Amino acid sequence: MTWPIEPKPLPRRMHQASWDEPVIFELGQPGARGVLPPALEPGIREAVGHPVAALPDTIRRPVPPKLPELSQLHVLRHYDRLAQETVGVDTGIAVGMGTCTMKYSPKVNDRFARDPRVTELHPLQDEDTVQGILEIMWRLEQFLKEISGMDRVTLQPPSGSAAIWANVSMVRAYHASRSEGSQRDQVITTLFSHPSNAAAPRVAGYDVVTIYPDADGYPDLNALRAAASGRTAALLITNPEDIGLFNPRIAEFVQVVHDVGGLAVYDQANANGILGITRAREAGFDLCHFNLHKTFSTPHAGGGPGAGASGVTAELARFLPGPTVEFDGSRYYLDHDRPDSIGKVRPFYGTTANIVRAYAWIMSLGAAGLREVAETAVLNNNYLMLRLLQIAGLTAPFAPGKRRIEQVRYSWAGLAAQTGIHTEQIASRAADFAVHYWFSHHPWVVPEPVTIEPTESYSMADLDEFAAIFAAIAEEARTNPELVRTAPHRSTIHQVDERVLDDDATWALTWRAYLRKTGGSAPDAGQGAAREDETVAGPWVAPEAGQVVAVEAG
Amino acid sequence: MLAAIGASTIAELYADIPDALRLHRPLDLPQPFTAEADLVRHVDGILARNRTTADNLSFLGAGCARHFVPVVCDEINSRGEFLTAYSGHAYEEHGRFQAIFEYQSMMGELLEMDAVNVPTYDGFQAAATGLRMAARLTGRNRVLVSAHVPADLRSKLVDYLESDIETVFIAHEASTGLLDLEALDRHLDESVAGVYFENPSYLGLIDHRGAEVARRIHAAGAVLVVGVDPISLGVLQPPAAYGADIATGDLQALGIHMQYGGGLGGFIASADDRRHLVEYPSRLYGLAPTSVSGEYGFGEVMFDDRTSFAKRENAREWTGTAAALWAITAGVYLALMGPAGMAEVGDGIMARARYAMDRVGAIPGVRIPFAAQHHFKEFVVDFGATGRTVADVNRALLARGIFGGRDLTGELPELGETALYCVTEMHTQADIDRLATDLEDVLA
Repeated sequence: MTWPIEPKPLPRRMHQASWDEPVIFELGQPGARGVLPPALEPGIREAVGHPVAALPDTIRRPVPPKLPELSQLHVLRHYDRLAQETVGVDTGIAVGMGTCTMKYSPKVNDRFARDPRVTELHPLQDEDTVQGILEIMWRLEQFLKEISGMDRVTLQPPSGSAAIWANVSMVRAYHASRSEGSQRDQVITTLFSHPSNAAAPRVAGYDVVTIYPDADGYPDLNALRAAASGRTAALLITNPEDIGLFNPRIAEFVQVVHDVGGLAVYDQANANGILGITRAREAGFDLCHFNLHKTFSTPHAGGGPGAGASGVTAELARFLPGPTVEFDGSRYYLDHDRPDSIGKVRPFYGTTANIVRAYAWIMSLGAAGLREVAETAVLNNNYLMLRLLQIAGLTAPFAPGKRRIEQVRYSWAGLAAQTGIHTEQIASRAADFAVHYWFSHHPWVVPEPVTIEPTESYSMADLDEFAAIFAAIAEEARTNPELVRTAPHRSTIHQVDERVLDDDATWALTWRAYLRKTGGSAPDAGQGAAREDETVAGPWVAPEAGQVVAVEAG
Repeated sequence: MLAAIGASTIAELYADIPDALRLHRPLDLPQPFTAEADLVRHVDGILARNRTTADNLSFLGAGCARHFVPVVCDEINSRGEFLTAYSGHAYEEHGRFQAIFEYQSMMGELLEMDAVNVPTYDGFQAAATGLRMAARLTGRNRVLVSAHVPADLRSKLVDYLESDIETVFIAHEASTGLLDLEALDRHLDESVAGVYFENPSYLGLIDHRGAEVARRIHAAGAVLVVGVDPISLGVLQPPAAYGADIATGDLQALGIHMQYGGGLGGFIASADDRRHLVEYPSRLYGLAPTSVSGEYGFGEVMFDDRTSFAKRENAREWTGTAAALWAITAGVYLALMGPAGMAEVGDGIMARARYAMDRVGAIPGVRIPFAAQHHFKEFVVDFGATGRTVADVNRALLARGIFGGRDLTGELPELGETALYCVTEMHTQADIDRLATDLEDVLA
């Protein structure tokens, strides 16, 4: 015992929650019920009988699906435990997931997103009944027009990559409208642009030309000049790029592409450091997109739903996916009459909950607030870079001495050469401190990569703590590499043997596939073995009103 | 912090941005509500202008419907850990991996298929990718698609496939409303990669001839992709049972609020073999052992062979942020409902829909075109003989607090003056009786 209690060490001695939780199919017992659907009234049953029983055998399901059977408490407890075994922004210092802009999402905005006046709206309601939600959509479009400088913005794409798709599709429609569709069969992108800038154009039928970085890490302007031609449909370029450098010659890139008749498409997924500083319009772009779940604070939701927003110049507005949201001065309405539109990229109008959140977030900040977001994110990033580069074995390749915008792609190549510890192993050890860690998209031009993006949400103390974690891990790599190599030790689980995941004899995407491949049989509980007994004889024998098929088992 | 990094101003950090590209003025945005209470007042004021399906009586469906959302679904998807996580690694987000693996597993039981993806954006994207998978599996470049899918899906498919796949729409029989198998045969040849139809159809019709459709398609060497409403699968055979190679659909009915059409997630399922799996663009989570006996781990299956993260333009389409939280939510829903719940909810929807068809069809001048067919959740109502337009009827219903069915005159004009009505487990007998009474009144 020490008294007074000693100060806490840095990094802290945390242990992630570890419930050793079974897979849900191993839980529960036959007959247990988590929730009952609304009972059918006797009057309806008397009137129509059993329509399910009247179905032909070829389409009537003979036995119900073999789902687990759990009481409500047991479902809730299982998922609450899994939630505890997950680190999100709310509990971690989520700066280790570069390019993702893992900022804080204010809880009040979640309240709006969960309001019944949002959740209980049907997308095909009469416009007079949805004036509030249309107003939010229309106003958010105005905000994003101003932030990007573009003339119209659609909120329909459900993600950043879907917005890239929408933009590529509009590029294709534009060239087709000028009878240059078949001639312009190439799209140019850069290696440090998000991979969807290469993948989406391929789906749209384009050959993809990738410009590599020059010695300083900036995309090579001469390579672009060599690639641009009458075949060029568009340049799709992220800026700042995923390594955190702002391309100072971006307007020249646009000009090169315009000179050969191509369009310029700005991927603004990394806009968090440039809000109110510089815009797509001034750089000459024809199209751009934002990720509302990055820059505009909507939560990442474990991998979606996100939300994308595509902006275009007036010349391209006729190609936008429809409907657009319009305002006649007193009433908001949807304009479906868009003959040149590329059509739908998504059912209905977009990820409404995130549109509401992003609207509220901007309304809580205003112009000065957005600029402060950007400046703080950039300051945080350059401060954290200073701290991290004090760790021997870690470097920030390219453009030595230059400032970065909102993120940095670092390299552990030096540490790996000295210790044999690689970036993947550092990632596993990072889990022992409950921090995320993201490498890089492929190819790994930066060797042993890790990409870090602090955003505006974190304090200097948070950043110091984050840097201390990696200083400690680097020290362990030198003094006790086995500790790092066998990590994690204090996470929810221990080291995963991933070999089974690339072998079709062993991979299992579902519990049923796992049981089949391992020769295992389902545990009795929750496996529906009792499905054909008298309590649930078949779905066509439905319960009468007020009669529960099986009493909820405790 | 500035001093630590040796800068005197923030502006120095932006040295790479040329002056000509700088915005030399503040953004033109409204004055903010920096205090939370003021923001709440502002947003509440706007939302107050909405009227909801909870406060009115809605019969709108067409791919998004008001179903029962168990409170526990909202409880779990509101957990900050899930809500604010992203796509991290197997350790710090172990719980999220397990929850999504369990989602895949429960969907696998519902669909009787061994492979299910981490969801894509929505049912439209799932259908479009399902058809692209069919093209990759066969090396062919035409797809046949039922004409009775939403017009918006037709639009999506053409946009998404047109670069190298021709989409041909196959008519339905005017008398039965079912897919026209003769028309299907006429178009089915060795250029056809895949065929897509929905069962139940967009118009709510249940097709019992799935095995016959599959036989013809497979004889031509094509892939059968079936779109299915997952909430029907407590009572209806899953597509795999009648020979579908790929099943797709939207998760919205499984515990996800409509959110003005924003609450969507797309599932894709198939047999579990390398040939199929390598064609998925999506993330696919799998179960794996750890260094500790008895401990479950999870990871990504065949990530490097197919995803755009690994292969850029040489990938299968692309991967990105999609609908993971709705996967967790749908998993919670299926776990709460269990086999009996899914059977009961399907039975309840079919019975209510039949009751509504009978009541509405009994109104003078109103006709239910395909009344003889088995229906699930949705049905067509023909107002042609009433001399009134659907728009006109819907306006009159709206004045009575009823949201009438989706007006089909724009997207399926060949059906005449028709609307698509949707009935779910949320409708009571009194709701349906009220619709019938008010409709009769309006049409009198």
